[in-house]
Amino acid sequence: MSEASFFVILLAAVFTNNILLANFLGMCSFLACSRQIPTALGLGAAVVFVMFTTTLINYGIYHGILVEGAPLCPANLEFLSFIVFIAVIAGFVQFVEMFVERFSPRLYYSLGIFLPLITVNCAILGVALFMVIRQYSFMQSAGFGLGAGLGWALAILLIAGLRTRMGYSRVPAPFQGVAIIMIVTGVMAMAFMGFAGMVSIQ
Amino acid sequence: MIYVVAIGVFMLLLVALAGLLTVAERVLVNYGVCKMDINRGEKTLDVDGGQTLLSALYGHKVFIPSACGGKGSCGHCKVAVLEGGGPVLPTETPYLTRTEVRSGLRLACQVKIRQDIQIRIPDELLSVKLFTASVESTRSLTHDIKEIRLTLIEPAEISQRPGQYVQIQAPSPEGPVFRAYSISSASYEHNVVELNVRLVPGGIGSTYLHSLQVGDEVTLTGPYGEFVLNEEPETEIVCVGGGCGMAPMKNIIYSLYERWPQRTCWLFFGCRTPNDVFYLEEFRALAAQHPQLRVIYALSDIPSASSDWDGETGFVHLAVNKHLEPDVKRQAFLCGPPPMIDAVTTVLHQKGLQPKDIFYDKF
Repeated sequence: MSEASFFVILLAAVFTNNILLANFLGMCSFLACSRQIPTALGLGAAVVFVMFTTTLINYGIYHGILVEGAPLCPANLEFLSFIVFIAVIAGFVQFVEMFVERFSPRLYYSLGIFLPLITVNCAILGVALFMVIRQYSFMQSAGFGLGAGLGWALAILLIAGLRTRMGYSRVPAPFQGVAIIMIVTGVMAMAFMGFAGMVSIQ
Repeated sequence: MIYVVAIGVFMLLLVALAGLLTVAERVLVNYGVCKMDINRGEKTLDVDGGQTLLSALYGHKVFIPSACGGKGSCGHCKVAVLEGGGPVLPTETPYLTRTEVRSGLRLACQVKIRQDIQIRIPDELLSVKLFTASVESTRSLTHDIKEIRLTLIEPAEISQRPGQYVQIQAPSPEGPVFRAYSISSASYEHNVVELNVRLVPGGIGSTYLHSLQVGDEVTLTGPYGEFVLNEEPETEIVCVGGGCGMAPMKNIIYSLYERWPQRTCWLFFGCRTPNDVFYLEEFRALAAQHPQLRVIYALSDIPSASSDWDGETGFVHLAVNKHLEPDVKRQAFLCGPPPMIDAVTTVLHQKGLQPKDIFYDKF
């Protein structure tokens, strides 16, 4: 278990260990919804919210039920964590969608329609699993969840900006479409490696 | 032991989640009864909130054309929402042009009813009904085109205009889907809907229709389509079809000669080979009674020397170009593959037809 504080982990998750650019998780919605900046912004904000809250919920469930000697169920059920995390994420996202739809139609139209997409976003599950592997404390998990969400949002916002610009450039035929986006993402990931010496989390 | 506990814990978690969602759905997705106003007071419905506009309309027997069954992938269920529809969703934008968005068009399957809503739909759609019918006869016209006659059971009569189409409900692995087919029986045959169906390998609708036996029951909605036949007796009617695009024209021609026995009408039909020719005998018999009907079939493949083909050869737009005199008052109906429609439209423009007098069914 590392001793890094909330802010260090948050910064590291945004820049040095960006969930998308360093771990390449959550690529599908990243490629599909990055055509326009407003869409990217909406999806990014939804990911920040869902990632932060599900990390906390999954932390509670993991340490309350699954881990050996947990207060609610002492048996060692760690092997269930994958499937439990997936179910919790899916159920929670469904609930949030209904809630937002009811109480804030405006928020629903800008954010809510992206929520079903996020249910199956592997970055969300990835964050929950990293939290377990790296044995984060509650505050560290909170920082990591928030940071990973912000990092993902930053990455999709950057690529959306680049794609808008790229509309004016002539891409060679074999690279058109997703191919050039993958290459640009790779270059961006290399650029983010420049942050590597700043802070490091395991 | 540990596995029993694991399964138990997992089950409990799932039950808790499912319970939460069910309660949430009861409490949150309950918008009560909303008022739906169609065409500014022409029809007012009380519908349950929370469902989509399309399913609410279907529930009240207003049948909007829709081919995909509400998945937002066909773009047929366009309806003008005047008030209470919320903003246009990203799932709709691929199917709507900017002009359509400005005039308030929406995809009915994506609009959820959350409040009182005002919509506008064409009057004709209000007269669309759901029919049950049984197969009266099937007949192979060519190796892959079948003529299927359906006798209407409930309601027993349809009032259609030539050129209109119906939607046949076909079963699919993901629930029933609707497929559009033009009506080939004449509009005075009120208790029959006849279709010409070409078998498309792997096609849901055509495979289903080709597998039907006499006596089988079929569900369909209709009639749809905006084509209105010109009613001035001196205006000539030009029908141009290709491949299996014959159904609407057969309807037009038979309905036409029932009402105006002396009216001039041209039928051009393009096929590949003599084996693809159908309805030629019927139309020649009709032309014998009504000399003003000219029937011209054209084969795009040059027939072999041994065949006794006495019609035109070459693409059908060349036949149109050859036979029609320019600058006569005409109305044209085209039905067939897109390249054929484009070529024929160009020829008809040269012959002096206005775009408003040319109707087509591209498929």
